[in-house]
Order: sequence, then C-alpha cells, then structure tokens
Amino acid sequence: MAEMKYTDDHEYILVDGDVGTVGITKYAQEQLGDVVFVELPEAGKVFSKGDEAAVVESVKAAAEVYAPVSGEIIEANGDLEANPGLVNEDPEGGAWFMKIKFSDKSEMDGMMDADAYAKFVEEQG
Amino acid sequence: MRYLPLSDADRKAMLSSVGVGSIDDLFADIPEEVRLTELIDLPRKAGEMDVERQLGAMAAKNTAASAVPFFVGCGAYKHHIPASVDHLIQRSEFLTAYTPYQPEVSQGTLQYLFEFQTQMALLTGMEVANASMYDGSTGCGEAVLMAHRVTRRSKAVLSGGLHPQYRDVVHTLCRLTEEPVETLPPDPTGSEDIIAAIDEDTACVVVQTPDVFGRIRDLAPIAAAAHEKGALLVAVVTEIVSLGALKPPGEMGADIVVAEGQSIGVGLSFGGPYVGLLATREKYIRQMPGRVCGETVDADGKRGFVLTLSTREQHIRREKATSNICTNSGLCALAFTIHLSLLGEAGLMRLARINHENAIALADALESVDGVELLTTAFFNEFTIRVPGKAADILESLVEKGVLGGVPASRLAPDQDGLEDLIIVAATEVNTAEDRHAYAKALKEVLS
Amino acid sequence: MSMNRGGRPTSAAGSSNIGHPTFTGNKALQIEEPLIFEVGNTGKTGVDLPEPDGKEDRLGGLERKEIGLPGLTEPEVMRHYVRLSQKNFAIDAGVYPLGSCTMKHNARLNEKMARLPGIGDIHPLQPESTVQGALELMSTLAAWLLEMTGMAGVALSPKAGAHGEFCGMAAIKTAQLAKGDARSVVLVPESAHGTNPATASLLGYSVRDVAAREDGTVSPEAVREALGPDVAGIMLTNPNTCGLFERDIIEIADAVHEAGAYFYCDGANFNAIVGKARPGDLGVDCMHINLHKTFSTPHGGGGPGSGPVVFSEALAPFAPVPYVVRDGDVFSLVETVEAAEGMKPFGRQTAFHGQMGMFVRALAYMMSHGSDGMRQASEDAVLNANYVRAGLRDIMTQPFGDQICMHEVLFDDTFLKDTGVTTLDFAKAMIDEGFHPMTMYFPLVVHGAMLIEPTESESKASLDQFIAALRDLTQAAKEGDTERLTGAPYYAPMARLDETRAARQPILRWSPDRPAEAAE
Repeated sequence: MAEMKYTDDHEYILVDGDVGTVGITKYAQEQLGDVVFVELPEAGKVFSKGDEAAVVESVKAAAEVYAPVSGEIIEANGDLEANPGLVNEDPEGGAWFMKIKFSDKSEMDGMMDADAYAKFVEEQG
Repeated sequence: MRYLPLSDADRKAMLSSVGVGSIDDLFADIPEEVRLTELIDLPRKAGEMDVERQLGAMAAKNTAASAVPFFVGCGAYKHHIPASVDHLIQRSEFLTAYTPYQPEVSQGTLQYLFEFQTQMALLTGMEVANASMYDGSTGCGEAVLMAHRVTRRSKAVLSGGLHPQYRDVVHTLCRLTEEPVETLPPDPTGSEDIIAAIDEDTACVVVQTPDVFGRIRDLAPIAAAAHEKGALLVAVVTEIVSLGALKPPGEMGADIVVAEGQSIGVGLSFGGPYVGLLATREKYIRQMPGRVCGETVDADGKRGFVLTLSTREQHIRREKATSNICTNSGLCALAFTIHLSLLGEAGLMRLARINHENAIALADALESVDGVELLTTAFFNEFTIRVPGKAADILESLVEKGVLGGVPASRLAPDQDGLEDLIIVAATEVNTAEDRHAYAKALKEVLS
Repeated sequence: MSMNRGGRPTSAAGSSNIGHPTFTGNKALQIEEPLIFEVGNTGKTGVDLPEPDGKEDRLGGLERKEIGLPGLTEPEVMRHYVRLSQKNFAIDAGVYPLGSCTMKHNARLNEKMARLPGIGDIHPLQPESTVQGALELMSTLAAWLLEMTGMAGVALSPKAGAHGEFCGMAAIKTAQLAKGDARSVVLVPESAHGTNPATASLLGYSVRDVAAREDGTVSPEAVREALGPDVAGIMLTNPNTCGLFERDIIEIADAVHEAGAYFYCDGANFNAIVGKARPGDLGVDCMHINLHKTFSTPHGGGGPGSGPVVFSEALAPFAPVPYVVRDGDVFSLVETVEAAEGMKPFGRQTAFHGQMGMFVRALAYMMSHGSDGMRQASEDAVLNANYVRAGLRDIMTQPFGDQICMHEVLFDDTFLKDTGVTTLDFAKAMIDEGFHPMTMYFPLVVHGAMLIEPTESESKASLDQFIAALRDLTQAAKEGDTERLTGAPYYAPMARLDETRAARQPILRWSPDRPAEAAE
C-alpha cells in the first residue's frame, strides 16, 4: 500500500515497498514560479540522505532538491526534460523527479503525513 | 555646480521635510573619528574649458594612430570606422540606458543584442553566442572554465601561438581557481606539436588563429585529436576581420570560439573598452557564461526579446553561478553590430581582402630590405619578421623617423629566449602605398 | 528542497490593446522594426571600399566562401537603429532610480574627452615614448582614487565591478598563501549582491553567511562568532545593500584583522560617502570602485564598465600587472610579474591595460566636480534618497523601520499585502507613469524588495513628481483600482513579456530556416 510522506524541505516521497518516488510539493512549485528547467541525476547514482540530488529552476529562482533517504536512483523522470512546466501542473503526480531504491526506512521517521504537512505549510505564512 | 540640480533653497526645504537640521545629521552613522570635516586634498571644481585644457594637454603628448604610418597589431587593430557608428552609439537611449532588466522599455537594447548574437554565430560558424564579454582575453579565461564544467575535467592545454597576455590571464585564473594548465612555449615558426599534448585528462586545448605571430592555423586536425580524447577545442580569434576571409573555427570543429571584436566598430582606446565574443554549440548553452538574450512574445502575442537563462548567473545561483560576471560590453557590442550591419557580408569580405592584400604588399616590401627575414608564409593581415638587431631598439629608431612599425615580440613575453629579434607587423585597410613605402625606407635607413 | 521563495510570475497574461489597432502596427513615433536579417541581404553594403587588386592569396588554403551576414545602406542603418533607440528608456529621458546602480547624469564633456585623438586613437602596444600622456592620465586617476579613499595602492586594470571583486579577493587569497596559511572560508552577509559569493566560490572558498540584525546592519558579535582560523576574509558592502551605513564597521574591521583575515569592501555604494568618509580610515583592505556608478561613466545598455581596486598597505604588494610607475617625468608600464620590482603581483587579469575609455571619462568627472563638487554630490545623493523616504514613509513600508538611509531607500511589499498587487505589478505600473522602475526583489533578504536610488542628478521638482506618482499608485492598490497595476505596462512599446517561454524554449538567434513568428 503506497504511502505519501512529506519533508520540511517541501519534498514528498511516495513509498511503495523499498522504492520511493520523490518530487517537490505543490507549495514548493508555487513559491518557485514557472519551472523552466530541471536537472536530474542519472540512474545508478547513489546518494546519502540530505545530498543534493537535483536542481529545479524557474526564471528568477533556483532550488536544490535533496535526497530524502539514502539509496540508489533507479529512474529519473524523462518527461521533465521536454516539459519542465509539468512540475507546476502536476507536482505530486506526473511530475515526480526520481525513484530511489532505499534500504533504511527509519530515515523517514519524523516525516509528515498529508495533514501534518498541510498544517506545516499554513504556519509558513 | 553644473551637474547638480539642487539649489540651496531646495536643500533647505528638503532637509525640513526629512526632519533634520543639517545635512551632516544624515551622515550621523559614520563614526565620528573618521568623519571628514575638511575637503579631500584634491583640486576644486573646474569648468568645462579648464578640464578640456588639462586633459587636452595629456592627449597632446600621445601619437595618434591616424597621425603616422601605423602598423601596430597584436590583439588590437587600427581600422576605419564609418561616421554613423559613433553617431548612433551616442544617442541618449543607447548611451544612458542600463542593462535591459525591464524588457518592456528596453527592446532597443534587447533587439540589437539578439542581432549581435546572431551575427556572432554566423561569423564564427557556431550555433549560438552570448551577448558579449569584457574582451577577448577574459573571454578566453571564461571559455577555459566553461570547458572544465562541460567535460568535468580540469586540465587546459594552451598553444604557443596564443597571445602571451591572454595566456597570462588564463594562467592567473587557473592558478587562483586551482586548475592545472599546460602551456607550450611561444612558437613563432609554427612548429609546435600540440596534438601530442592532448590526453584523457585534458578538458580543452586552446589555439589562436591567426596566432599572435600572424600565422594561420588549421584547426581541423587539432579538433579531431581533441574530440578523440574527449576534450574540447577552444578557438581564439584576436582579429575578427580575419573571419571575412578565413574558414571560421565552427567549420573546423571548434567547440567554443572566443574572439576580440574590437576591430569592428570599436576604436583602439589604449586597450579598452573592447568587446569579447563567445560562441558555442547549442548543447552547451546552460554552461555558457555571461548574459544572453532570447526571443519570446508579449501579452499581445507580439515578438519581443528578453535576457534569459538567468539562472546561470550570479544574482540567482550565487555560489553555484557559471561565472561571477555581471556586465557585458553593451555599448561596444552595439558599435560592433552597427558597423557589421553597414559592412554586411559583401563589405566584410571585401574589407578582409583589402587587409590581406595590404599585408602581402607590406610583407614583400619589408622582405626586400637587406637583413630582414619573413617568418610567416600563411597569414591574414599580420606577420612576423626577423631583423638583424634588437627589435625593440629598431622600433624605437623607427619612431624617430615617424613610423610606428609594430610590436617587438619580446615585449609580450620578456622571459622567453629567442624573441628579441622579432617584430610582429600588422597591416590594415588604413595603410596606403605611401605608408608602406615610408616603412620600408625608414627600416632600410635604421638597419644600415 | 532548499526553499526558494524568489519566484514570481514570469509569463504574461492579459492584453494591452487600447482603441483601434493601426494597419502597420506602428503607433506614431513608435515604429515596429524587423531584424536586420529580415530587411538586409548579403549583397548590400553601407560601406564603400576600393576594389581589391585580386592578387594571389596566402591564406594557406583556408579561404572562406560565404558567411550569411546581411548588409544595409547607411540610410537603412540609421532608420533601423534610431527606431530601436526609441524603444529604450534612458537616464536622459527620465528618472531611473535603480538602487545600487547609481544612474547619475552622464556628462557629454566626458564623451568629448574620450574622443580626443590622443586618447581614443592610441594603441596599447605603441612604444611607451609615444603614449606618455596616456600613462600620465592613468597615473593621475590612480592618485585621485588613492586620495579619495585613503588607501595605499591601486589596480586600474579590472574591467568591471565583478572583475574588481575578483581582483580584491585574489589579492586576499595570495596574501594568505604568502603567510603560509591557505584558509578556506569567506564571510558574506546574506544581503550581499550575488557576485560576492560567486567570486568567493570561484576562488575556491566556501561561503559562510553572516546574518543581519533587526535594523538591517551587520553586528560585530555576529562577525566575531563567524570568524575563526579558517576565515580568509569578509566581504562587506558599505553602505550596505539595504542603503544603510554599517555603523560598527571599524569594530568589525578590527575583529577581522585580529583573526588574521582581510576586509574586502564592495564599493558599489561609494557614491554615498565620497568626501564624507574614506574607506582606508574604516579598516578596509581592498575595495573595488565602479567607475560606471560613482564616477558617471555611461552604462551603455549594460556595459562597458570599469572596476579599479584600491588596496591597503597590507595588500598593495599583491596588486596585479600591469601598473604605471613614474621616474621623474617619465612614465612606464610594468607588464609582467617578473618585471615587478618590490611587488608580488598575483598575476594578470586582462590583456592590455584596462578601460582607458572609462578612465578618461571618470577623470573628467572628477576634475569637473573637484573635491568640493564631489562632496556636494554625495550630500545631494543622500539628501535626495531621504527626501524620497520622507515623502513615502507614511504609506509604503520599510523592512527595518523608518530610519535615516544613505543614498538609497529600501521598501518591502508589506504595504501591498492583501491588495492582490505585487512588487512586480507596482514596478510595471511605474513604467506607464513615465519612470523606470526601481531595483526590485533585491536584496533577497527582504520580501518583494524595492530599492530606490535617485542620485544627486534629480531636481527637487523631479522628485516631487516621482513621489506623487508612487503615492497615487499605492493609493490605487489599496482602493482596489488594481487593473492599472496588474496588467501594466499598457503604454510601453511592449506589454509584459513571457520570460517563462524564453527560458523553457531558448531561441538565442535568428535562423534562416525557422518559420517567421506569427503575431496574433
């Protein structure tokens, strides 16, 4: 049963077994503005939790995307190369950034569920 | 004071609105011990006439290029600039405008930059170009850093035909950014084997053509060798008019082309301001330094232009920027594009032809002077001669005879042996047959 | 992800059509001008050159056959560029209050001086005996800069501000290495211009942020906390990017020096303090000066600039080549590191000698103003900025409270809260009112920043107009009359442009094979 978790870095990870689908949240893309370019890691690359894994750019801003868990990239979303605007349209669905195969589920302790994240965003002001 | 619109009455009224008693109240945050109470020890204000007199006196001590037979080159060239160029760049809307960050009221600047970028791409035979850099030498340094980013390697290999001051700029940059550089020694006879220096650690090989000694280099075999090892070829052109006669680096396999654009539209001005040109392949645009202008549409669907790909730049990426550069060479780029629009292909190719023919005529004339040896067989508008004696002294003697005959190679690389008797000579469309005759005659007299 | 709230709308929405469209698309003096590639052709030329002799070439078989460049005759060129110029806002046309850019008047005397044949038509590599006046000019400029700043050495060669930053930081790096102590960190306030961390990073330093205190300035405590044996230097802007003088600067400089580090000062805002304080007295070790800001050399649509750097005694030996030396009446250039006697230059930053065209313009400015005129200019610049502040402080919001500012005043977008109007909209509406917008969204530490720098070149009447317009726009935003802002500009040569599209599908040149863009 796939589980959606959110970080206080405004990323999400959709967990299914030992694979997590990672992207940025609706709130994050709103703050960035129209996304114009996404730089994704290659499949096979290994990251530790907190490493800079990707970069997402709008016209006036750029933000690093960090690996929410340690693991190996098994797939990067090829759709985002031709259509970076997808991040604005469907950030938490079709505009996922990468799929990570992880081994230590405990790294996700402390992540928020949808309700907790919604409250968190409200507090951001 | 003629540049300060506020009157004393204005100042009094404004201080009152602000709510302070005196102007010094507005400077209260300056620590008292460092507040200047006296005027700085420099002359007081001067009227236009006075300033003209002072600066005119300094100017009068210099020998202008137009005043004498003139053959000095080595990275800056005396060309004729049509009168309309200088007239247009002095229009208020070009001269006193800022960087086009508000595109709705900057389409003048943005459109000429777009045209400039296109002209650069066509001239160099490359796919895209940026909106200019400070000059050719700093552009060369930036190209090396760009090659590092693209290849993820760090070693640059510099040809011995590269202008020594360009070489020094790259050395300084790479030493301070802690990247290795391999440099071949100055190569007046064109005998270096740069291909042998390229290996799997090489990020880029930097070759100038025509080189600093005037020699035309065939880049194609060097490009092939570089690509075979996964390295990039950075081609450097210091006399942009040469691209009106010579196969462009883009057609010879260059990956990045860096050039000095001063020869078109921009006066000699004792070395600056000039205009650096950088062109490359489409696939590398996100690694390209400097400003770049792109096409788009406005809210009414009308075509317009904006600065774009800004996320490479320092005001957004900060530490992760492709370079720390802010400025392009705006007004010089405008002068360049206006002059080139006036020339067009037909004009540029004819201009290049005349330059080349004048150089051939001069080379023949100088070679016929006893003791003078011509070292360059294939050249555009610049070549090197070997003279029987110290080049610097001979050139100084030529000055006394009213001829500015070129650059002593040893000036550019004083620590290098074997260059003391070499003069690098440039010839452009401004030289007349009388000028060439005057040079040959004076040289004969000096050598006898 | 690293939260970045710097985004804002960059695609256009809404139309600006007022009244009936013309048949040509022209609007009286505003003429639609195609690209030169669309009107010129490769056979046309506006330059008459003699017929070449047709002698055999010596191009080594690398002759070029064609280029693809269009040409135009002189009348066509004049039309093309004059029409383009009419689409540009300029200082000569109106108020250009860009914070930290110092858009002051560009005197035409300076242009005349730059075009004297003995200055504009001399080659950098002519024998030195033929350019003694040029070397004298450079020497004179250097002396004026040193006197004004109270510093010990100067490098004239950096080509622009960022280049000057690199020069200063390179001297610091070289000085640290000469002490045998590499050090790896540079301190930079969060409010700094992006070139600062970019320059530090380029030189291999990691950047440690220094937070500002509540009033927008840097505290000595924060600096002391951030200092350590790994810190090579600090990069401060003074006055800072919020328009405030760093009043604890001497204490900060002392702390920095005590820790074995150096103090780089970003001189972008020097216009506020010329003749009022000298950086050398504040403990600065190196400072770049923007001749195109403080000393009025023209901005030219984005350049060229010039960024000489002044140095303290400690750093002066490391200034790069080339530099001018004087022996009695004779001036000469030191052009290589090897030839530098008694100096340890860190190298060379550019071919030739620097932006002579800008040196002569800046010197003409300095001579015209003199020490009395330059001090008056700084005072007027600061007075003008405070006058703008006084005229707007009751309706626009300042992020650090209402306090005396220097040559620029900083507002944030709090006053626009709940109006549906952003800083961007406000700026675009200023265009319709006949002003160039102020600097927006900088410094990054302030939300929706608006940084206004009028300079000393604005008359009181001009400022009164400006203040009144901003008051009217603020009023409009608060009263719900927002369409004039959110759809602005309506009267400019173009409506808002789609920057998103330009970045997503970069088209960086005209191509012969691309179909022409269709206007709707």
